[in-house]
Amino acid sequence: MNSQYLSWIIFTPLAGALLILFIPRSLNYTIKWIATVTTLVVGLLTLKVCQLFDPTQAGFQLIEKCVWIPQFNVHYLLGIDGISLPMVVLTTLISILACVGSFGIKERQKEYYFLYLVLQTGMLGTFLALDLFLFYIFWELVLVPMYFLIGIWGGPRKEYAAIKFFLYTLAGSLFMLLGILALYFASTPHTFNLIELTHNSFAAGFQRIVFLALFLGFAIKVPIFPFHTWLPDAHVEAPTPISVILAGVLLKMGTYGFFRFSYPLFPEASRWFSPYLAVLAVVGIVYGGFVALAQTDFKKMVAYSSVSHMGFVLLGLAALNTNGFNGALLQMFNHGTITGGLFLLVGVLYDRAHSRDMLAFGGLGAVMPVYAGILIFFSLASLGLPGLSGFISEFLVLLGSYQFSLLWTVLAVVGIILAAAYLLIMIRKILLGKLNPKWSHLPEISLREILTLVPLMVLILIVGVYPRLILHYMTPTLSTLLQTMGGSAS
Amino acid sequence: MMIPLEHYLIFAATLFAIGIYGALIRRNIIGILISIELMLNAVNVNLVAFSRSTSLAPETGQVFAIFVIAVAAASVAVGLAIVIALYRVRKSVYTEDIHLLKW
Amino acid sequence: MVTTSIYLIPLLPLMAFAVNILFGKKVGKQASAISIASSLLSCLCALPLIVAVAGGRRFSGEWLWLNLGIDQLKFGYLIDPLAATLLFVVTIVGTLIQIYSTGYMHGDPRYSRFFAYVSLFMSAMLTLVIANNLVLFFIAWEIMGLCSYLLIGFWFEKDSAANAGLKAFLTTRIGDVCFLIGIFSLFAAIGTLEFAKFEGALKGNSHVLIPVAALLFLCGTIGKSAQFPLHVWLPDAMEGPTPVSALIHAATMVAAGVYLIARTYPVFIASPAIMPVVAIIGTITAFMAAFIALTATDIKRVLAYSTISQLGYMVTALGLGGFTAGTFHLMTHAYFKALLFLGAGSVIHGTGTQDIRNLGGIFGKMKSTAITFLIASLAIAGVPPLSGFWSKDEVLSSAFHSGNMLIYAILLLTAFMTSFYMFRLVFLTFFGKARDHQIHAHESPNSMTVPLWILAVGAALLGLPASPWLHNWFQTFLTAGHAGGEHEINRMVMASSIGVALGGILLAAVMYLWVPALAGIAGKLFRPLYWLSIHKFWIDEIYDVCLIRPFLQIGKILYKFDERAVDGCVNGTGWITLLGGKMHNWCDHYIVDGLVNFVGALTQFLSRVTRRLQTGLIQNYLLIIFLGVLILIYFEMRS
Repeated sequence: MNSQYLSWIIFTPLAGALLILFIPRSLNYTIKWIATVTTLVVGLLTLKVCQLFDPTQAGFQLIEKCVWIPQFNVHYLLGIDGISLPMVVLTTLISILACVGSFGIKERQKEYYFLYLVLQTGMLGTFLALDLFLFYIFWELVLVPMYFLIGIWGGPRKEYAAIKFFLYTLAGSLFMLLGILALYFASTPHTFNLIELTHNSFAAGFQRIVFLALFLGFAIKVPIFPFHTWLPDAHVEAPTPISVILAGVLLKMGTYGFFRFSYPLFPEASRWFSPYLAVLAVVGIVYGGFVALAQTDFKKMVAYSSVSHMGFVLLGLAALNTNGFNGALLQMFNHGTITGGLFLLVGVLYDRAHSRDMLAFGGLGAVMPVYAGILIFFSLASLGLPGLSGFISEFLVLLGSYQFSLLWTVLAVVGIILAAAYLLIMIRKILLGKLNPKWSHLPEISLREILTLVPLMVLILIVGVYPRLILHYMTPTLSTLLQTMGGSAS
Repeated sequence: MMIPLEHYLIFAATLFAIGIYGALIRRNIIGILISIELMLNAVNVNLVAFSRSTSLAPETGQVFAIFVIAVAAASVAVGLAIVIALYRVRKSVYTEDIHLLKW
Repeated sequence: MVTTSIYLIPLLPLMAFAVNILFGKKVGKQASAISIASSLLSCLCALPLIVAVAGGRRFSGEWLWLNLGIDQLKFGYLIDPLAATLLFVVTIVGTLIQIYSTGYMHGDPRYSRFFAYVSLFMSAMLTLVIANNLVLFFIAWEIMGLCSYLLIGFWFEKDSAANAGLKAFLTTRIGDVCFLIGIFSLFAAIGTLEFAKFEGALKGNSHVLIPVAALLFLCGTIGKSAQFPLHVWLPDAMEGPTPVSALIHAATMVAAGVYLIARTYPVFIASPAIMPVVAIIGTITAFMAAFIALTATDIKRVLAYSTISQLGYMVTALGLGGFTAGTFHLMTHAYFKALLFLGAGSVIHGTGTQDIRNLGGIFGKMKSTAITFLIASLAIAGVPPLSGFWSKDEVLSSAFHSGNMLIYAILLLTAFMTSFYMFRLVFLTFFGKARDHQIHAHESPNSMTVPLWILAVGAALLGLPASPWLHNWFQTFLTAGHAGGEHEINRMVMASSIGVALGGILLAAVMYLWVPALAGIAGKLFRPLYWLSIHKFWIDEIYDVCLIRPFLQIGKILYKFDERAVDGCVNGTGWITLLGGKMHNWCDHYIVDGLVNFVGALTQFLSRVTRRLQTGLIQNYLLIIFLGVLILIYFEMRS
């Protein structure tokens, strides 16, 4: 009962990072492999946790608790449930793949992998912490390595992007900190413990204010329109593996915050705000789609498509019913795998051609058939082709939102058409048409790059064909959440 | 026949005054060192004289005196070493040439 | 055993797809064998089922796929007469077209890729046919759309092909999302998505969303079956290889839209307000497409518009309550239109051109192709006793019996135009004198002509089961589960249908065979109509101006907005913060720091004075110490 797998999961990367500090910087090869093996070990630990996890139970499992700062009643409290398990699995998986994807990085590798592993600790901690204080620390811990990873290994405007990312998210999380402190002082006895906090019921006005404070922190991270502009810059400037992490994991931290904190702590406020959330969601979906349509930069297009797709998560959240919740959580997972894959593919092309301008390409399908096939696969998953995972989550979200509001559903569907438009136009510009002779010698995608993509493809296909495999981990928790919020079960 | 204590004290005071005079006036550092030795020896005379005229065990003052002599020898050794070192650097043993610790 | 064979029907082509796509290089030329074997086997699995269904049996089964709140979504199969009819069409036509493709695609560098896509398509189409609920139906429907996209753009080096694929996918996608919302609406209205439960759930149910769902399903059909106003993608889709045009864009996939209406027919019956809309859409499409086909000069485009027109017929029939008529026409059309396309493919293969103005007089050189093409043309024109006659007659009589004479008249006119443009095609292609002597026509290999003959047999004879000679067997078979669309044979309808068919042929013969000058004169005489036809009602141009450009423009404007306004706000906040920082910096530099520096300066000044005391001369210090001691002693003495 008193297993410590969660702590192991969180701190194994940190241990790996410290180990890397003791390796001379000339041993690049060793450093790479230490990082990869560390992420793999975390993967094994996560598998073990999946095996220990009882999907039929709704509450927190594998809880670890000890007193940390007794003066302020701060605890070191970890636990996992149907909401965090998919996120931990996603984080672990993406971390392994992005680590293998990082092998292309040639400069200052020691610092890179050190920061990378610290980042992983931060992300996993964010998803596993149940004490608000601890959560906040992990949440902020993510920012620092991310700042350096973008700012040192990024593209031409890396400093701007890194500073923008750091300051923007920091500003948001300060509001979140205020909210957390408000909660601490409003609860009796004063506590940061999430489980104890849910037993308190707060006044409606207080709920709304604190909801808004947390909302700002989460909304910037998701990012929800109109707080999204850091995203394209950060994505475009970040090195490929970091873009993958950013899209695959970091964006999920925001919506995860809604599931984990905002909703169970402020049920009344959540219901009160849900129409506004729906509006923001739909605006994000349609707006992101339109802007993605206007892009000529491949990576920026994928970045804006993230804005659109994360809108679906928010729409599912706003729907306040089982289908919407299931869809939202699944969409978080699917967006991680699909968009992560797309960013890897952008990187593959950029490494070869040193250009991301879609108009400069054309006809690559003839030179790089395997790459073309994989790119088409991910694009189709992203535009919600049935049989692939993106469809399932969007289907559930729309089904949920249909029960909530017909109008928003119809508008959100425009986003699906737009997704098809911008992705297929991208394929048209890059892969189809006449071959530009300038690119006739581009080498085909390498085995290592394929290896980073295949697990994602398999996962996308499996979830698309048989979604219950992952949904049955989520559903009990989400249904319970809905019941505690007083929503209907259907 | 006991020589009275006052004699010793006057002798020691004279010795001390000579020492002070030398320490303040001499320009040669070696001279200053010798003068300091004189002052120390004035103290030694005092110590032995007081020890003899009081009711304490006579060894008390003499032990002190021996201590002072030992310490003085050590300090002279160090002092002379410094002087030699200084001489090597500055080719002088006169105090007005050695005012390194000025502002 | 039977159940296993049902699962195998879609799974075998799926396995063929997997093998061909993953091991394409190793498989090489064997790709066609794998695909054909798979679809032949699914055909063999399907045939006993069809016979059993004809004998009155039904097959259904399901398993849990997804929990939707308190509801469950179960996937499964349902094989009733309707599904059996489609199975009969898809498996046989699909197999024949794949055999034909081995000849047509011979030597293509992406040979295995082609067969992989076709197998995936077969799998999706068969899944769609036997699906027992709308979600599975939708999944298969979308995957077919993907295959269509991939195959239209198969020769993607051609810009036109790449664009056509894009256009096809996006246009149908509009219908598809409507269909999806329709599914949600129906689910909200009746709480089930299983076809078999529709009638029960709809009985006495007057939920407001039912007609909405029906309308949205119609939108799905409009997209997939290329009905007006979303028909624009199908003519462009002819950029794909010809077997693909035959399989996907004539015989099977485009018919899926009609199949959707037939499958969800109870929903349409339950929404009487929507049925006329269906009929009107179908009629407009049938007429308009036939009208455009009159002047098309590309052999495949004529056939494409003809397909749109015939699909319009089916939709009209369904909209007028002619369930059997629509379904029956779907079946016969699949055979004769596949045959026409394959014949056209054979002509293209044999001559290297697809412009009918350059063809002519190749009857003698391509006998098999020409004869089978002629049979199919007679069938589509509606000449008895070929299949097209019976099915078209069914459609016309359902229009006649619905009492809507305007629709009946338009359909009759369309039938006339159909036989005219088909025989214009036939005469210009196969008869008369050769117009371009560069072309050396040769007959296609056996792998192509044998499927032509088999399909020709189907195109000729498949009408018979619905004929009075066989006691309208097909109608009774199909309507076993549905309320009928039975009509007495109407001699007037039949006679008019034969009349327009022969009239069309005759007119075509006059204009293109006997008095060729007449065609030009007619073109000048009806110049406005001719222009309307040749410019396809300017629909593509209208869409370009009214939809596509505004959409792209909105994207660009929003991107500007995003960069300037939204990001501007962010950067503006940053700039203001920076400005504030600079002001603080000034303040800090001159006031706060000034004070600190002042204290520092004062200290420095004082120390400059006092440090003079430190002379560095030991004797000075010693003197001071000595004087100090003396002073202390003085005070000590005093006290």
